Amino acid sequence: MEANDGEQGRPAPTARPRPGPAARLLAAPPPGPARPQFWRSPLRGPWLTAVFGLVLLVGVTLLFLTGLLSYAAYNPDLAPVNDQTPGKGWLGFYLFSWPTSPHWLYRLTQGVHVVVGVVLVPVLLAKLWSVIPKLFEWPPVRSVSHGIERLSLLLLVGGAGFEFVTGILNVQLHYIFPGSFYTLHFYGAWVFIGAFVVHVAFRLPRAVRAVRAPGARPAAGTPEAAGLVSPRPAAATVSRRGAVAMVGLGSLALFVVTAGQSVGGWWRHTALLAPHGRDPGSGPNGFQINKTAASVGIRPSDIGPAWRLTVRGPGRQVVLTREELLAMEQNEAALPIACVEGWSTPDQLWSGVRLTALAALVGLGTDAPQVLVESVQRGGSFSSVALRDNQVRDHRSLLAVRVNGAVLSPDHGYPARVIVPGAPGVNNTKWVTRLTFGEPV
Amino acid sequence: MSGATAFRRRYGASPLHLLLVLASFALTAYAGTRLLKGDAVGVALWFVGAALLHDLVLLPLYSVLDRGAQLPGAPWPSVNYVRVPAFVSGLLLLVWWPLVLRRVGHYTATTGLPAGGFLGRWLLITAALFAASAATLLVRRWHASGPARRAARRRRRDRGTPR
Repeated sequence: MEANDGEQGRPAPTARPRPGPAARLLAAPPPGPARPQFWRSPLRGPWLTAVFGLVLLVGVTLLFLTGLLSYAAYNPDLAPVNDQTPGKGWLGFYLFSWPTSPHWLYRLTQGVHVVVGVVLVPVLLAKLWSVIPKLFEWPPVRSVSHGIERLSLLLLVGGAGFEFVTGILNVQLHYIFPGSFYTLHFYGAWVFIGAFVVHVAFRLPRAVRAVRAPGARPAAGTPEAAGLVSPRPAAATVSRRGAVAMVGLGSLALFVVTAGQSVGGWWRHTALLAPHGRDPGSGPNGFQINKTAASVGIRPSDIGPAWRLTVRGPGRQVVLTREELLAMEQNEAALPIACVEGWSTPDQLWSGVRLTALAALVGLGTDAPQVLVESVQRGGSFSSVALRDNQVRDHRSLLAVRVNGAVLSPDHGYPARVIVPGAPGVNNTKWVTRLTFGEPV
Repeated sequence: MSGATAFRRRYGASPLHLLLVLASFALTAYAGTRLLKGDAVGVALWFVGAALLHDLVLLPLYSVLDRGAQLPGAPWPSVNYVRVPAFVSGLLLLVWWPLVLRRVGHYTATTGLPAGGFLGRWLLITAALFAASAATLLVRRWHASGPARRAARRRRRDRGTPR
């Protein structure tokens, strides 16, 4: 584009005007990374960028969809107590009743979400490496459309980094980000996905062309080179395929040291660096703990002989001791614990009283309504949770008092905890003291 | 000049380009105002920081290290024998540093799991990666020197056999 492009309509000057200092600066990039010859890797080019880009297209789509599912799994539209993002507005347009079957549903979707997120880290970094000359391209803004597109790229790269960093820190319980994880990760995802869709729309045709012609090596400075090819390449120390293989090896290594925490059993020992790669103990209560009793301030007196379970329904209330609860019909269900952090346990054998049986105590039949479950835990997110009617009515949904043949340990919710098929771990409230059936008043 | 051409001249791309970007910016504004509720400055810093972390911090850092490993006189036949294990080891640290470097004080209290061991396991993985690279180098050298070794054996045999 010429410097005097904006002067249309005026009579064209007969002699070319001498370019001013600003025009001269824009015409020639200053020394340093803005000059194409600064970047010397012979690997950079449309093919390599397209390969990483297409992997990210598939991976990020999977991350976004499983993320939306995880948001829906909390049933945030059911009750304010479930809703970590009450200001969501239309961003919750797609919410639906989270099902109870298959009982491993959340285990699968959230395990995939976290494992794929971790495994994509080297691909994301490699993609950013492959396009680094474009960050410094000269002039910084060529046209209105170019400026707008670069702003969109800031949202794309910032959004990707923000989502990956908050997610990876959260699964390690390293809460140094500026706010609640749910709020940041949810709204951040929507900021990111807008820029992502635009980027895919603009670049997908070019990426597909580039991978279809792997042998073509466009010359630096041509439109096909897209500003990625070095005009002064250094001698190659690795082939393009070798570079892709190295990135793939990085993903494989991350997969190997992470995925076992979402599989459990023997495989957990392979998760050498994942937060839940070891078992906290042995025996019936030796499986993974989300938050220990001590860490959320549960006192022995809260769950001692003075503990009572209050069951409320419309106009009725029943108070039970632990012995009275044990005297009710006990049922069994084999269900996992699956955390938003991506780790999960294989099915544990729980036994306790069906939620429908507790609803019947206050005169509600098999068409039991939703229930508000409250813990003795004082405050904190998810110390109380609302379960939808389909969750209450599932015959596998229990107020459990035993697991794997033993009494629940304090860390697993003694004297009684809820266990619901297919739900996120924090919906399986521990140290339950009150169940309120029916619509909140 | 048609309207579309005039638009392209002024804007630099097709009208479709502008419409798509505007739709995305509207969504960004809708979600972004919600994202910025609360600690707006902190979130904005994290967002922009996340955009620049790789390009202005990580990339210069690993590029300098990679160049350093390729200086004339570097002891390896190919830089990849040190580049690949260093890359994988660094990647594992980049993702799992809060646990490896024991930055999560409440980890054991919360999960009931031992906080020690991550650093040791990461170091052992790193050792295994470099050892595997060394083994690869040895095997390749052995294969590469095959013809020379066979020739030397033949010479010895020829010398030792009386005619």
